[in-house]
Amino acid sequence: MSDLDGFRQEIREWLEANCPAEMREPARDEADVCWGGRNFTFKNPAQKAWLEACVAKGYTVPDWPEAYGGAGMSPAQAKIWREECARIGARPPLSSFGIWMLGPALLKFGTEEQKVHYLGEIARGEIRWCQGYSEPGSGSDLVSLQTFGEDKGDHWVVNGQKIWTSYADKADWIFCLVRTDKANTYQGISFLLFDMTTPGVTTKPIKLISGNSPFCETFFDDVKVPKHQIVGALNRGWDVAKYLLGHEREMISGAGGGDRLNAIGAVVARNGLDDPILRAELAMFDVDALAFSAMGEKFLDEAKVGKAHPAQPNMLKYAGTELNKRRHELLMSAGGATALEWDSERTNGGTPARSWLRTKANSIEGGTSEVMLNVVAKRILDLPGA
Amino acid sequence: MPLYYNEDQAMLADTVTGFMADAGAIKPQLRHFRDMGCKDGFGHALWKQFAEMGLTGMLAAEADGGLAMGHVEAGIVLKEIGRNLTPSPFLTTSVMGVTALSGGSDDLRGRWLPGVIAGDSVLAVAIDESPKHRPERIACRAEKAGNGFRLSGSKAFVVQGASAEAIIVAARTSGSDSDAEGITLFAVPKDAAGISHENLRLVDSAMASNITFDNVELDGDSVIGDVDGGRSLLNKVLGAGRIGAAAELTGVGQGAFDITTAYLKTRKQFGRLIGEFQALQHRAAHLYSELEIATAVVIKAQQLLDGGSEKAELMVSVGKAKAARACNLAVREGVQMHGGVGMTDEYDIGLYMKRDRSLTEFMGDQYYHAERVAQLNGY
Ligand SMILES: Cc1cc2nc3c(=O)[nH]c(=O)nc-3n(C[C@H](O)[C@H](O)[C@H](O)COP(=O)(O)OP(=O)(O)OC[C@H]3O[C@@H](n4cnc5c(N)ncnc54)[C@H](O)[C@@H]3O)c2cc1C
Repeated sequence: MSDLDGFRQEIREWLEANCPAEMREPARDEADVCWGGRNFTFKNPAQKAWLEACVAKGYTVPDWPEAYGGAGMSPAQAKIWREECARIGARPPLSSFGIWMLGPALLKFGTEEQKVHYLGEIARGEIRWCQGYSEPGSGSDLVSLQTFGEDKGDHWVVNGQKIWTSYADKADWIFCLVRTDKANTYQGISFLLFDMTTPGVTTKPIKLISGNSPFCETFFDDVKVPKHQIVGALNRGWDVAKYLLGHEREMISGAGGGDRLNAIGAVVARNGLDDPILRAELAMFDVDALAFSAMGEKFLDEAKVGKAHPAQPNMLKYAGTELNKRRHELLMSAGGATALEWDSERTNGGTPARSWLRTKANSIEGGTSEVMLNVVAKRILDLPGA
Repeated sequence: MPLYYNEDQAMLADTVTGFMADAGAIKPQLRHFRDMGCKDGFGHALWKQFAEMGLTGMLAAEADGGLAMGHVEAGIVLKEIGRNLTPSPFLTTSVMGVTALSGGSDDLRGRWLPGVIAGDSVLAVAIDESPKHRPERIACRAEKAGNGFRLSGSKAFVVQGASAEAIIVAARTSGSDSDAEGITLFAVPKDAAGISHENLRLVDSAMASNITFDNVELDGDSVIGDVDGGRSLLNKVLGAGRIGAAAELTGVGQGAFDITTAYLKTRKQFGRLIGEFQALQHRAAHLYSELEIATAVVIKAQQLLDGGSEKAELMVSVGKAKAARACNLAVREGVQMHGGVGMTDEYDIGLYMKRDRSLTEFMGDQYYHAERVAQLNGY
């Protein structure tokens, strides 16, 4: 215990010395999030300093091995890191699909070369990734995907279309599911990595109900992908894809920490709360939110020592995203007419309304709530015919 | 501290799970004592077995002959009690009663704890005075009289009140009914003159009594802790009872859920197992999720209580509210998914529904605790 106490002290001091004051304020919107990548422009010097300080220590990915850009923290140490960051409200120094999704998949399925190369880039925030899974005809039924990679000896030639590719227009590279065998459904998909500047890749942003355009249609027209850019075995990409989805779902659930686990009643009450029924709903919400925060903590603790059910992220995603939607419904109700403002300065450009609309995607992206319930019924409850 | 059982706790859970599924099962315990109209509402032989396993004194100090364990460990036992609907005085006696007495003098502990730990006697805790849990209001009065006190007033919903050797009573020794201070806890012997019981059978076959104290003479030695300063000890007892009831609720919910999913895998309609219907699968999966979350927050609250954290009070209320909601969903869905047989006395699922009601009410329901969550969060 004393070792860990010492570690906590060390982290606390380091954070005190290195986390800029501006980075201890809650992120107000997308622009406050540091995504990294070739084309990223820092919002302010503090954001840059905070990233650089963390990169130097491996703290952007604290529990990855040092050889791959992490800090090699044990589960208990990583928990302390999270707790200490939460204590001062430190923002994540770097947020990325590389950290949440591709990284864990490479750690499990990547070759040593791939790990050193790609994980290092992810940890340092040098490369921003996007995810090429969904297609127009293949959403929940992802395995029916049609984008095809034709074998040309030392490379594949990829043709097809992806859709809902988040940040495809801002990303440097894509991890992409490509059919490499038309005769096999599950065992005919490969997991490929390629540069978004490869000739033949084009993107077209799609506007969301929130007014933002964070995602795109992505088209592949004779895109050449070298053979060494495959993760896992040929035609076994589905295993990698599913494993990655587990991490994606865990991330979307919000179980890992952050604002989504907080109670909201007290914040709402600061602006006056004169409706007893709304207050009651807020109280019930706070019960559920605080209970879910314990669930997230328990899952992470158990996952680190292999005690969690491998399908548990599906449950977390279902519960966490439904909760987040409820959170924003309540925030809208509490905000009244002010929360309806779409571009006023005092709402920072309609943040309440836009955030509320954005949360509706939480129970769709990364697998819908209905699909999550299907998976729980089948893999955890072992219900017949599920 | 990670949110799962350490090695010792996992071993305890293993032992208790087997023991309760066997000795504490529904048929030999709940149904047996219910059908014979048992006036205690529980079996003394099983209580003796609890003692032999060291469970009766798990929260008592080692110096008092106990095991000095915490709420996580007590919760392990309570969860299995819940899963098997075992009628047992464990929560009132070994969790709440022992917590109260642990704040008392050597003499007091020496007088009551050995019988409890040996499994010869049980304790009851008398706090509430109305049909709803309202411990903020205590009107039952103990006036100074000579070297002791004279107790008058009434207490409601005292589980196992008529079977207890001693009743732990929260009484007012100064101030007015709703004052925070001015509370004193007493250990009142069952044979003190002036106590009368209205002993009632509850929906879940447990026995509870509405107790009237009519000028009951108590000597000074029956005071637990400080005169007028009993609120903080009372809060400890409440914390123990609330998180204990929450742990038991997670067991009840899990038990109901397990028999329901088993039924989904055996009952056929339209030529298919009913568990193949997606409408039922989704409801079962949602219920699973709620029960998992309730289980997680209960362990969290237990650890915080054991660690003396200032956040414990909040998370105990979150835990009780969440466990009550999840368990209630489990028993309602359970009965519905059983169809007609769910309404029969022969099937166990209805017994789970009854137990859920009682336990939810005990030490505050989800509404009471959601209100506390709001207040503790400052709104
Ligand atoms: C904001 C956002 C960002 C996204 N980002 C990405 C990304 O970066 N990369 C990427 O590849 N994809 C991304 N997606 C796509 C996302 O994964 C899909 O939208 C999702 O898997 C659902 O597919 P679909 O839209 O085709 O809906 P459909 O599959 O057509 O579903 C329509 C409805 O039918 C229900 N349904 C479908 N099948 C079943 C079933 N078997 N049982 C019960 N109900 C069912 C669904 O639950 C849903 O309610 C994103 C989506 C959103 C909204």
